[in-house]
Amino acid sequence: MKQSRLQCFLKGLLTENPTLVLVLGTCPTIAKSNTLFNALGLGVCTAIVLILSNVVISALRRVIPDKVRIPCYILIIAGFVTMIQMSVHAFLPTLYESLGAFIALIVVNCIILGRAEMFASKNGVLDSLLDGAGMGVGFILSLSAMALIRELFGAGQLFGYDVPFFAAYHFPILQKTFGGFLVFGIMIAVVSAVTGGKAPRRRSFDCASCPNAAVCSGAAICGESDTADKTDKEEGAQT
Amino acid sequence: MKEYILILFAAVFANNYVLSKTLGICPFLGVSKKFNQALGMGVAVTFVMVLATAATWPIQRFVLDPLGVGYLQTIAFILVIAALVQFVEIILKRFIPSLHRSLGVYLPLITTNCAVLDVAIANIDAEYTFFSALLNALGGGVGFLFAMVMFAGVRSRLEDDERVPRPFRGLPVTLIAAAIVSLSFMAFNLK
Repeated sequence: MKQSRLQCFLKGLLTENPTLVLVLGTCPTIAKSNTLFNALGLGVCTAIVLILSNVVISALRRVIPDKVRIPCYILIIAGFVTMIQMSVHAFLPTLYESLGAFIALIVVNCIILGRAEMFASKNGVLDSLLDGAGMGVGFILSLSAMALIRELFGAGQLFGYDVPFFAAYHFPILQKTFGGFLVFGIMIAVVSAVTGGKAPRRRSFDCASCPNAAVCSGAAICGESDTADKTDKEEGAQT
Repeated sequence: MKEYILILFAAVFANNYVLSKTLGICPFLGVSKKFNQALGMGVAVTFVMVLATAATWPIQRFVLDPLGVGYLQTIAFILVIAALVQFVEIILKRFIPSLHRSLGVYLPLITTNCAVLDVAIANIDAEYTFFSALLNALGGGVGFLFAMVMFAGVRSRLEDDERVPRPFRGLPVTLIAAAIVSLSFMAFNLK
């Protein structure tokens, strides 16, 4: 029934990796994995917001009325995002420039609302902290892995510095939107092959992974295999 | 006049939300399995984008700016958009049930759609006038609709195709198809 503390943290890294297995937060993953600098910057910002909001939501889980919990979560998350936005603007202006609106858009990153709904609202503060940290690190790792591929093969650079050989032979298209979709698709396929191929396919578009699941009346159109989704969600709640 | 046409076309093609800016990917992947659903989702997103802009632009200009609390933008916008979507759904359900049946199910799904929040923020950042902002939102929505419908056509041909290698079935092959479709929009945005 209860996961060990270590497992709370480790599951975010691969078996329940937020981007590659749960397929949450796809928009920033595709858009800002073009360079390692962007990927690390956005990853760390998102992870900080994720940990803080997980802790606060978990601490308030008995206080927040069930019916208005989604607006409450959004408000808490938006508060932390604003803090991060102002800090980055003040201390890391180059990162602020290059991420643009994507810092504000952390607010609608499904990973954060998804974890609040799926984990923090049901578990204790320490577990939620570890879950947030694991998911955050998992997000940073998968984003950086994609950025490594896209920057190395797309620009022949790493962190903006030329890499011998690759600098002479690179494919700029990998840094465009095309490369984002392509590399993301291939990475999901690789993870799917490594983990046995069932997790990503089963969860790919289901409603359980959608942060709006709780307020959503359109569950029927969202996932075709509705019953599979339900058992999935129950499993998630029990483990 | 020329300026307005330019804004509209830039929003639909060059800065297409899904295929150039890669925002709103969740509904793009989740609801593009069938043509009708893709159409309904696209119309709903267009509707909410225009409505959200119509609500957030005055809030920024007449409330946040005069009070000097521009830093509350993110919080204010997300709450306004969420409340607005709920409100519109209730209104539609009560007064235009037929429209609610065809559009209503999509509305809650886009409360926290990143494309909707981005269009509201982008309109403020670009310092558009109210009318230009509405046009930009309309263009963004139409571009989204366009991409959804186009991709629904592509996707119906590759779902569960036996020739796709096993690990690539489902999401990965969909993403790779999206990559190829996004190539067609690169022509509008050669930098």
